[in-house]
Order: sequence, then C-alpha cells, then structure tokens
Amino acid sequence: MSSSSVAPSPLRSSARPSNEPLLSVQDLCVEYRTPRGPVRAVDHVSFSIAHGEVFGLAGESGSGKSTIAHAIMRILHPPAVITGGHVNFSGADVLDMEDEELSRFRWHDVSMVFQSAMNALNPVMTIGDQICDVIQRHLKLSKSEAMDRAAHLLDLVGIERSRLKSFPHQLSGGMRQRAVIAIALSLNPPLMIMDEPTTALDVVVQKEILQQISDLKNKMGFSILFITHDMSLMVEFSDRIGIMYAGEIVETAASHEVFNNPQHPYTRGLMSSFPSLIGPKVKLTGIPGSPPDMGNPPSGCRFHPRCDKVFGVCPQQRTVLREVAPSHRAACHLYDTIGLTPRTERGTV
Amino acid sequence: MINLDNPAVVMEVRNLSKRFPVGGVLGKQQVHALNDVSFTIKEGEVVALVGESGSGKSTTARLIARLMEPTSGQIFFKGQDILKAEPRGASLSYRNKVQMIFQDPFSSLNPVHTIGHHIARPLLLHHKVKWRKDREARINELLAKVGLNPPAEVARKFPYQLSGGQRQRIAIARALAVDPEIILADEPISMLDVSIRIGVLNLMAQLKKDYGIGYLYITHDIASARYIGDKTMVMYAGHTVEGAESSELMEHPAHPYTQLLLSAVPNPHTLQQPTRMEARGEIPSLIDMPPGCPFAARCPHVKPICREVMPSVTNLSSDHWVRCHLFGSDNSAAQPAA
Repeated sequence: MSSSSVAPSPLRSSARPSNEPLLSVQDLCVEYRTPRGPVRAVDHVSFSIAHGEVFGLAGESGSGKSTIAHAIMRILHPPAVITGGHVNFSGADVLDMEDEELSRFRWHDVSMVFQSAMNALNPVMTIGDQICDVIQRHLKLSKSEAMDRAAHLLDLVGIERSRLKSFPHQLSGGMRQRAVIAIALSLNPPLMIMDEPTTALDVVVQKEILQQISDLKNKMGFSILFITHDMSLMVEFSDRIGIMYAGEIVETAASHEVFNNPQHPYTRGLMSSFPSLIGPKVKLTGIPGSPPDMGNPPSGCRFHPRCDKVFGVCPQQRTVLREVAPSHRAACHLYDTIGLTPRTERGTV
Repeated sequence: MINLDNPAVVMEVRNLSKRFPVGGVLGKQQVHALNDVSFTIKEGEVVALVGESGSGKSTTARLIARLMEPTSGQIFFKGQDILKAEPRGASLSYRNKVQMIFQDPFSSLNPVHTIGHHIARPLLLHHKVKWRKDREARINELLAKVGLNPPAEVARKFPYQLSGGQRQRIAIARALAVDPEIILADEPISMLDVSIRIGVLNLMAQLKKDYGIGYLYITHDIASARYIGDKTMVMYAGHTVEGAESSELMEHPAHPYTQLLLSAVPNPHTLQQPTRMEARGEIPSLIDMPPGCPFAARCPHVKPICREVMPSVTNLSSDHWVRCHLFGSDNSAAQPAA
C-alpha cells in the first residue's frame, strides 16, 4: 500500500502526481447466491479512476452499480460473493487485503457516502461525537484535538460549528448529508465513493451540495466514484462515465462524449429518456420493455430484447467492450467489425 | 356555478387552504400546509404542479380527491361546489369522475389479488358493467389501452410478477376504468426506472388526447412538467408563487424562487459550463409561519415589505401570473435579472 495516503495533514493541497490510475477495477464479478440459484449482479466489470477524476457509474436500479461500490469497499455480505476480478488501489489488491490492512484502507484511502444520510448517522450520538469517532479510530488524537478537527470539517462543508452538539434529528436532510460528507472527508482520503449522495434531497439542496463537493474536490484533489441513476446529474458532475446495464458496463467515455455522441443503443435510449428544459419540445421515445430479471437474464447481449437495432448475432453471443472512437468504448455487436482489440474477453453463452 | 366565460373548465379550485394542528390535543400550533391556492383545469389540459418536498403539492391533490377536507376554500367540479355536497352520497359520483394515481406502484396494489381483480373493483363499485362477460372484456380493453399485452394473460398475474412501470400502468388502467374526466397524478414516475418513465408520460398524454382527460400532474422534476404540462404552477411553502404556460414559465421565470429552482436543475442540454446557483437556505418551517412572503428569508431581492405583507397575484400577461412584490403595481423596483 502506498505510504503517501498515511499523511495525517488536515488538507491535501493537490493530487499526487502519477500516471498510474488511483483505482483500477478489472473483471470484477459479484454473485448473489439465492435459493433460486446464483444471480450474477456484476459481470466482468472493468474501469479505472485517475487522480482527481470524477468517474460516474450510471444505470437503472438493479444494474449493479451499488454492488460494485460495496465490492470495492469490501462491505458485501452474504449472499453476495465476489467471484472474480481485481480491485487495485495504489498498487495493492483490495480483494486480497487482510482485516488490518482493510480497516486502514477504509476511511484512510477510500471513504463512502451512502444514499440515505438519515440511516448512515447514529441517531443517539451528536454529530461531533460521530466525526470524532472516525478520527480517533484511525488517528492517535486526543478528544479535544479530534473535536477541533471535526469543527474544521464542519466549516468545510458549510455547517455552523455549534452543530457539533446537535443530534441528527435536529438537522435538515441537507445538513445531515453535509455531515455525512464531513465524516467521509475526515481522514482526507484520496478517493470518495458517493452512492446516490443527493437522491433523497430536493434539487436546490442537491445543487448546493454538489457545488460544495466540486469546490472541495478542486481544493483537496480527491477523486470521486459517483453513482447515480440521474443521467442529467451524472453528465453535469462527472468527467468520465460508465453506463451500466444488467451487471455490465455497456459504454464508457468522457461525459460530454456520452451525452453528445452515445454509441450503444441503450445509452442512446437513455439519452432520449429525459426531457429538456430548453429548446423545442420533442416527443421522446424512452426504451420499450423493462430491465431484465437478473435471476434469468436474456441470452447473448443482455439488452437485445429491448434493442431497436437487434440482429442475428445479438441473442446468441455475449458482447465485448470495444474501442469505437478514441477513449470511447461500447459493448455492442454493431461495432464487431471495427476490428480493434477487445479489452475484455467474455465467453459465448 | 358554471364558469360561463370558459365552458371547458372542468375543475376549479378557489382559495384552498389546509392547516394541521400539531402538538397533541391541546396544541395550539398549526402547520400551514396549504394557503390560498386557486387554479383551474380545463378539459384535456395538463396542469403541472412543481415544488420541493413539503411545498404542499400532494396536499393539494389529496384535498381535491377528498381524501382530506380543506380548512377553507372551495372546489368546483363542472360548476358544482363539491364540498357542499353530501360527503358520502355525492362522493361516489364525484370519485367516478376524479381519479388519483399514487407515487408508489409497489404499495398501491394489493399483493394478494390478481391484476384483473384490481381493475374489476372500480367497475363493480361504480356499477360500470353488469355482466361478468362484459367485465372481462372491459378489463382486457383497459389493459390493452395502457399498453399491457396480451391483456388476458396480464389480468391473471399478481403484482409481484410485474415491473414498476407495468404496475404504474395498472394504476392508470384502474383509474381509467370509471371513465374519469380528471386524473390526479401524484409523482407518477418518480419511483420508476429512468428508461421507462417517458413511456408512462407518453401514455398519459395519449389518454389526454383520446379521452380529453384533464390532469393535475404533481412532480418535483420540472423538466417533466415542461414535457407533459400545458400549464405549470410553482409551489413554495404551501403557496403557489407563479403560474404560466409551461414553456413561458421556464423561459421567462419571474419569481426569484422559480429562477432558483430552474438554476438548480441539472441540465446537460444547456451545458458546457454548469451555472452556479447563488441563493442558500432551505424551506422555512410551516408551523406558525411569519407574515409576508414565505421566500423572503432566502430571496436575493428581498425588500422590507416582503417580510410584512404576503404579495398578491400580479398578471404579467394573459396566462402568466406571479405572486411577488417585485411586480406589484405598488412599487417601481427593477425586475430581477432572469
């Protein structure tokens, strides 16, 4: 594990210069062992996140995005089992870590902001105590030193210091989510995983919080794995995006590229699924059908029953993520003939 | 009392208010959930109600559906004051005509009954069909209408066998069973997967076209209000603050709150550079609200009068109104920058 992540300085001023990605996930597979048989929720997923980058994972419910986040943090519980792949963080494989290494990895190296701040906070502890809890668990600081740092963290996320003594129920939803972000920042980790961080909030509060996260990111230089089902938000907030469907990444590219020039028929459908606030009113089509039952996924390309471009090979053969343009990959048989090297090999079904 | 100027008005709501007592039996405090809300819905018109949670959108729908009684105000359906009508007897014929679709399609269907049973209930309760054979034919017709094929097979299924989008279509078919003239749709797509939301909105628009159904479409997603809503009204802390034809409202928002809301919506269509949003703070407590404009505490253009007097409605054009002291005839202040 990298030693630079130990740095207990309260604020890192810039990202560490390096060409290596901060996090790289390769061929990650996760199965849920259910009484009906194994359900493959994440299927050979690969992506990487550079220093200071916001990588977005977008997809509908059940597409496997939260499962990936939990797998990276190693907080999956049975019946979910990681059945293959690697998660490299600064040179170490997270999936091989023992308990001690893992407890350092969590919070020191990677912190997580969960969807529901209400459930992520302990209702019978003050905000200050909850932040100190994390700090003192990982750093040798006295209670008063930890409290100082907690006060500093509240400044960062825009909550008054007097709120250190408040209980979660005394805060509004937006403030609770800010407190959770303060906890995630407390050890100044180089990577934060944000799983639908603003889904439960109103748009105005959502915008405020995301603006603040952006400002903090620019100041402190951490990377973000950003998970949401809200495509508009995803495009606006992320540098690069991976679109997930039925446990696979079907397209990945820079966010403006995904938005302006989507290649996979699913991504195209998604992009014509949310109405615009400006411009002429156009009738949108959405995507026919429903997301598949992962216990019994369709053969071949998982998207073929809903696809408007389906042809002979689609129901028979699994797809492979291929480069369709520079730094733009899509997993679709339409691009089979492009003839670039496949990035991930998947067997035929 | 028929609105003679415009015979197509089906539903009219006048000065509707709802207060809830809080703090137990002896509690003197009140939550001002809804204050002085007025609007009309015409035949085949979609009126969208947008606002943040707690702004009173759902309370409005529930009052119109008569799931609650308002504290004050009037509701007219085709000129008839329905709050004056006898609550039980009249409510059956009223509910015949005004139906509601709820947000959560997972809890609005009974898990132990088949889809056919769900659709048969309103047909029986409202005496829509006499014979069993006709009933089945009608159920199939309704299911086909909302795009669930093959209908006979769907009717035999149970809710757990259907996806969220399909369930919401069942809820629409159930509302449709009694030939309603108004459908109150309370966040009908917010719990659905992104890829199937548009399908449900398109279905609602199709039914509007085919049957002239008017909708009250409640949403927090302002872009979807533009997509389906003919008119849009913005609610804030129990007040309607602005209303206009949907595109007009989004292109020329007048009220500072509408402007804030629009600047907060993530919108990659506009974007290379996301706009920064300036106002801060959250919706005020609705318990014993201070006088004046509810948005005063957050408003970048606040004036002394805003904290004392609730602004009245100012008409900016024939179909665009706003409740803001910046626009009243009583002042000459500059308009806020759009």
